Amino acid sequence: MSSTTTVPVFWRSIGQRLTILLAGIAAVLAILSWWMITSFAREAAERTQDNVLVASATTIAEALRSEQGTILLELPYSAFAMLDAIGEDRVFYRVAAGAQTLTGYEDLIPPSNPERPGDVAVGTIDYRGDQLRTVTVMRTVLADQNPVPVLVTVAQTRTGVQAIGSGLSQTAAVLSVALFILAVGLGTFAAGNALQPLNSFAQAVTRRGPSDLRPLRRKVPDELSPLLVALNRLMERLGQSIRRSEEFIAEAAHRVRTPLATVRAQAELALHTVEKDEEKQMLRRIIRAVDESSRSASQLLDHATVSFRADALAQEVVDLADLAEKVTDGLAPTAEMKDITLTLDADGPASVRGDAILLESALRNVVDNSVKYSPAETQITVTLAPADNAHWRLTVRDEGRGFSDASLPELTARFKRGTNVDQIVGSGLGLTIAEDVLVAHGGHLKLSTPDDGAGACVSLILPAA
Amino acid sequence: MRFTDLACRLIAASYLAIFASCLNALELEDRQRYPGTGDTMIKVISTGDLAVFEPFILQFQAENPAIGIDYYVTSSAVLHTAIKEGDVFDIAMSSAMDLQFQLANDGAAQRFTSPITESLPGWARWRNQVFAFTAEPAVAVISRARFAGLERPKTRQELIGLLRQNPTAFEDAIGTYDVRTSGLGYLFATQEARNSDTFWRLFELMGRRGTELYCCSAQMIDDVASGRLTLAYNVLGSYTAERIARDDRLEILTLEDYETVMLRTALIPATATEVEAAGLFLDRLLQEGMRETSSVWALPPLRAADTPEARAYGPIRLGPGLLVYLDKLNRDAFLGAWSDAIVQP
Repeated sequence: MSSTTTVPVFWRSIGQRLTILLAGIAAVLAILSWWMITSFAREAAERTQDNVLVASATTIAEALRSEQGTILLELPYSAFAMLDAIGEDRVFYRVAAGAQTLTGYEDLIPPSNPERPGDVAVGTIDYRGDQLRTVTVMRTVLADQNPVPVLVTVAQTRTGVQAIGSGLSQTAAVLSVALFILAVGLGTFAAGNALQPLNSFAQAVTRRGPSDLRPLRRKVPDELSPLLVALNRLMERLGQSIRRSEEFIAEAAHRVRTPLATVRAQAELALHTVEKDEEKQMLRRIIRAVDESSRSASQLLDHATVSFRADALAQEVVDLADLAEKVTDGLAPTAEMKDITLTLDADGPASVRGDAILLESALRNVVDNSVKYSPAETQITVTLAPADNAHWRLTVRDEGRGFSDASLPELTARFKRGTNVDQIVGSGLGLTIAEDVLVAHGGHLKLSTPDDGAGACVSLILPAA
Repeated sequence: MRFTDLACRLIAASYLAIFASCLNALELEDRQRYPGTGDTMIKVISTGDLAVFEPFILQFQAENPAIGIDYYVTSSAVLHTAIKEGDVFDIAMSSAMDLQFQLANDGAAQRFTSPITESLPGWARWRNQVFAFTAEPAVAVISRARFAGLERPKTRQELIGLLRQNPTAFEDAIGTYDVRTSGLGYLFATQEARNSDTFWRLFELMGRRGTELYCCSAQMIDDVASGRLTLAYNVLGSYTAERIARDDRLEILTLEDYETVMLRTALIPATATEVEAAGLFLDRLLQEGMRETSSVWALPPLRAADTPEARAYGPIRLGPGLLVYLDKLNRDAFLGAWSDAIVQP
């Protein structure tokens, strides 16, 4: 839990992570492009204004002439008319020969002057409450054979340039936002698309049954193939390991059962030969213990068989009525020993499709359980009836101690036994085996307490063939 | 300031000399106060004759009875100097658009925006400081009596021919603005000189025939009406049209080659104190200027700048080009050439 609280939420999903990272990149790029367009636009507008100012100042300088030692100037109309090309900006100018102002605004002093004729000096000053862009050009005029440098300064406020700049900046902002939204959309799509193989891979693994350990055979992107290989290897090892342990259990159970049968036979013989009650008692206890051990070994063997056979389930047609008869016949002697009446109420045929051996072992385990947990001189009834149109129901009902309701769902767990078993010996495998078999056949096991409250009721529900 | 205002109010309206002392010795042609019901009094300085603007002022007061108006009439040069030197006025209206432009350019006007100024065409405003509200052409006015028997010239070229061929009819009988004193006359002359090369030839000829120089359109129209003048050149068309309506001795000579159209402009000086009321006044002016025809005054609306004759050059452009002829050197050069042409010994 501590790891999930310290890690930001979005890191939990690669998709979200990719989307957020792509969106972040898009945002950075959008801001960057907006800033670049804005500064380029502003610079372009400023340069345009500078060029217009230079053209204006040059036009004025060209109009300078001298007559009898006096410098004359007739301001060309175009020099000023061109200045409203960019916007409605205030215009100031000054024409000066040295320190003497020939015409214009005397207090308009540009920040720098060109050093040679033909040069242009550009600057920015504050003048009459506004920021001005000033352009000064120099032209030498001959007056009385003396070259007189004349400075022509044309200055303009920057309202128009700023208006153009901010207009373009707004357009660029709108475009950048649109680009950002587009990029986020595309990013989300790209992230989803890139993760699609991973999702379908995960789904393929999820869809598998709990015991399906066959290797995955599918085309995956290069990045996922190590995972696929590792997963397949893991499943292979797991399968081998399970098989080995099942084999081991089966082998062990088998090997234990045979000597146990011998021990039981010898004990039976001994029971008939001994005279003393104490010895008889002792031998009976031995026989009961051997029976239990043998039964447990059988169950372990059954369980291993179920695990094996369920993987490649046979699909023969099985008559549940026959099967139930076989099982009740088989267990009748054991029941008799406890004076339990085992009755079968089955009208065949009731066909299901599946593995006869497994189905038999399932029913046997259930009935065996009932016999085991039922007190002497009680009844166990096995009933075969249709559950609905498509299912058969085999119900085993006893008059024993029943289930303690709280533990119902847990009872089918492996090696799990009810809370009210007292000192009865058992492995806890019986119901597990039954349920595994039923699930493998597409059916299920239902545990309930009968309506009158006495005993237990176990239903095996199987799809009809 | 309050005190001097009060003093001015107390003094009877007829004492012009005392007004002058209150107004830094402004040279006034006329002045009229229209007190409102409230305390607000806007000071309007204008080149427009009282007779022309009074109906508008009364109309404005009918709509805004609380606002009083103190209306000063003066020449465009005096108006320009007064605003430039910081005299306190709330509205300055002038026919000399170059001088108005220069006031705004040099920072003597303040910005004003309203839905009405926004609806004004772009060419009729500059920086939201100078606003045009009329488009008035310069026209040639003739006396029907003295023009009897003469063919009406259609172009300036034909007018030059007529002046050449009929010296007697025009001898000492031509009138035009004295551009040395009249800002509007200077504006008309410089713009015409820029637009057409016939200008100098025409003025040369007018000078040779003997030309009377005037300060104002009204006097020129009077003299044409009385028969003292045969032709008055570059008269304000708006005034003339208004006179012709009630005086059939006058006639406008339609010259088809081009028409110089001046925009009468208004601005709110930087020194204005009653900015809000001035804004209302300005909005009302612009509304009047944007009407098809005005019921209030005889001034032509802005739409008049869209006639075929005017369209050839458009109205005089409200832009930095106007500064060119205000330049000291240019003005000296132009006045020199003009005087040489028209004031002949």
